Amino acid sequence: MPMKIGDVEFFGRVDKGLRNSFMRNAVVSAQERLKGAKLNAAEELGDWEEWRNLSEEIRQHTLENLDYYLEELTENVCKQGGHVFFAQTAEEANEYITRVSKEKKAKKIIKSKSMVTEEISMNDALEALGCEVIESDLGEYILQLDDHDPPSHIVAPALHKNKEQIRETFSEKKGYKKTSKPEELALFAREQLRADFLSADIGITGCNFAVAESGAISLVTNEGNARLSTSLPKTQITVMGMERIVPTWEELDILVSMLCRSAVGQKLTSYITGLIGPKDKGDVDGPEEFHLVILDNGRSNILGTEFQSALHCIRCAACINVCPIYRHIGGHSYGSIYPGPIGAVLSPLLGGYEDYKELPYASSLCAACTEACPVKIPLHDLLVKHRRNIVEEHGKGTFGEKLAMRGFSLAASSPKIFSMGSKSAPTVMSPFIKDGKVKKGPGPIKPWTDIRDFPEPSKQSFREWFKKRDKGGDQ
Amino acid sequence: MKNGAVHNKEQFLNQIAKSLGRERRTTPVARPQWKHQPQWNVLKNATEDELLDVLGTQCDRIHTRVETTTCLELNNMLTTVIEHFDAKSIVSWDDPRFKEYGINDYYENAGRAGVDVHIWDPSIGEKNIIISERADVGITFADITLAESGTVVLFSDNGKGRSVSLLPTNYIAIIPKSTIVPRMTQATHYIHKMEQENGNVPSCINFISGPSNSADIEMNLVVGVHGPITATYIVVTDR
Ligand code: SF4
Repeated sequence: MPMKIGDVEFFGRVDKGLRNSFMRNAVVSAQERLKGAKLNAAEELGDWEEWRNLSEEIRQHTLENLDYYLEELTENVCKQGGHVFFAQTAEEANEYITRVSKEKKAKKIIKSKSMVTEEISMNDALEALGCEVIESDLGEYILQLDDHDPPSHIVAPALHKNKEQIRETFSEKKGYKKTSKPEELALFAREQLRADFLSADIGITGCNFAVAESGAISLVTNEGNARLSTSLPKTQITVMGMERIVPTWEELDILVSMLCRSAVGQKLTSYITGLIGPKDKGDVDGPEEFHLVILDNGRSNILGTEFQSALHCIRCAACINVCPIYRHIGGHSYGSIYPGPIGAVLSPLLGGYEDYKELPYASSLCAACTEACPVKIPLHDLLVKHRRNIVEEHGKGTFGEKLAMRGFSLAASSPKIFSMGSKSAPTVMSPFIKDGKVKKGPGPIKPWTDIRDFPEPSKQSFREWFKKRDKGGDQ
Repeated sequence: MKNGAVHNKEQFLNQIAKSLGRERRTTPVARPQWKHQPQWNVLKNATEDELLDVLGTQCDRIHTRVETTTCLELNNMLTTVIEHFDAKSIVSWDDPRFKEYGINDYYENAGRAGVDVHIWDPSIGEKNIIISERADVGITFADITLAESGTVVLFSDNGKGRSVSLLPTNYIAIIPKSTIVPRMTQATHYIHKMEQENGNVPSCINFISGPSNSADIEMNLVVGVHGPITATYIVVTDR
């Protein structure tokens, strides 16, 4: 399962997440900041609920008619001379991408941040071919230089690193000589990456939303790296999850507005770019060749089930920023490139209960995620549904219940989390709760108590526990 | 133009229809009239002047300098702004509006004063990109301007290279006041109409809101990452 990060089992990961005090502080302050920014941005609109209703309506309609809109998209991409490849699996997607790269005799490939290419471990496939794959998003670039340290947050992937660590990485790997001032670090990355942008053979991007009516893809960034990846290399490959599509430009407006506000509290990010096939005749910059890879990879199994609304997700991370559990355990603990509440819903769907059975329990069911979600995905309901399935699948009183207890105690061991969690007492756990107090059930589990009795944070960093990015996992 | 190739479509879309528990949708799906449409209420009855105010306030927040001027004074304004950058080289779109607004005269004068002025020229191909990459200043017009988010919308075209607003260290957008609309809603509506009427749209549409930036290092905002380090909007109030 390529989206899987590391082999450490869930509670081991939580343990280590809890011990890393820098990361915990970083997570807390990032959460606060992003959450605050989002609240302001939502408030400014005045009628946030109306916007959420509209967004939900758009997502529902689009997913209900997904085959139609994907067909319309395909026709319009082709009309412009672009190529479309439908990939049922990660392997098929990688095979196509490597085939194109081979045809183009590509040596250097520049990428802008994309969750879906992480999901399919595309970099590994291209590197096996001998291509150099360079991440151009500043956060991703830092992680890549640091021996593929995995991302810990959808919007801010290098959240767990401090600037001193970044300076060290730059000086070790690239001979950087200046200070750890963020401006100087960023300027250095800019200079380094400019050369790469200019010499790359292929630019690879994700896609925030495709626009069916024009065969367009859109990219939302602040750094401008997606623009560079799509303006300079001669070949562009865009990889999109099949659900990332809107009918027309008018719906793009709504979802992009919601994404920017919810993700970073901005009205719009610095760059929203709509790209329609290869460059027009007579244009100088822009790709000569355009390939769109549309990925299923387990998504169609979610369609038509009680989890369909999970596919409405626009990857804004608002649910992550309000999650009290994420705050305590950090992104890596989820063992998946999709962390937080949406990760706890999505990872078991895409990767199976076997690998991700604990995740639905990494929640206090406080419903803060559901309230925050700009497209109104009932996240905590979906988590309860997962729990029910897990208990049913693995039999009551055995695995499921054990899990329920451990998951429960993780939430209950922090009074603050517990008070939020008890707001909506989960069905699986209700036997343990009376009058809002825990009557029986297992004692608080190790990770959290360890931290409480363990004021001196462990010297071990998660960099050590997670030395190298798991190459493709145990597929 | 030759149509692109399509692989595995039928199987893939059949699977989706099957999961959704129905036949493939073969007849056009009508986009519903959305029940909620709050987007049209934003700055609904704002006057041009009010929109300009909103733009100015928003630009303060996104590290973007806004200057207002008239067509007559535009070249003086450009001189002032560009002097500030100590620019040795300028790259500009080739767009009829530059002549119409008299900016070509400014370019001529700047050229005489020793500044390298390059007007985007498709006939020299990729040299345009190299020149842009080294330029101190890139100048474009705004095709549409969004007050709420402080955004200039740019449509690509042969003379309107993507690199001009992207590669130079400093970016300047000339904004005719009449291009200012409340928000993205009006712009996407326009693009939607363009698609419906012409059956296509330019190959690249950029919504640019200020300079490039990143908060990837300890959540500290750094202005100027891959794109320009500064952004300046010059609003021409009598156009
Ligand atoms: S589930 Fe909702 S809040 Fe969470 S990332 Fe997706 S869209 Fe955002």
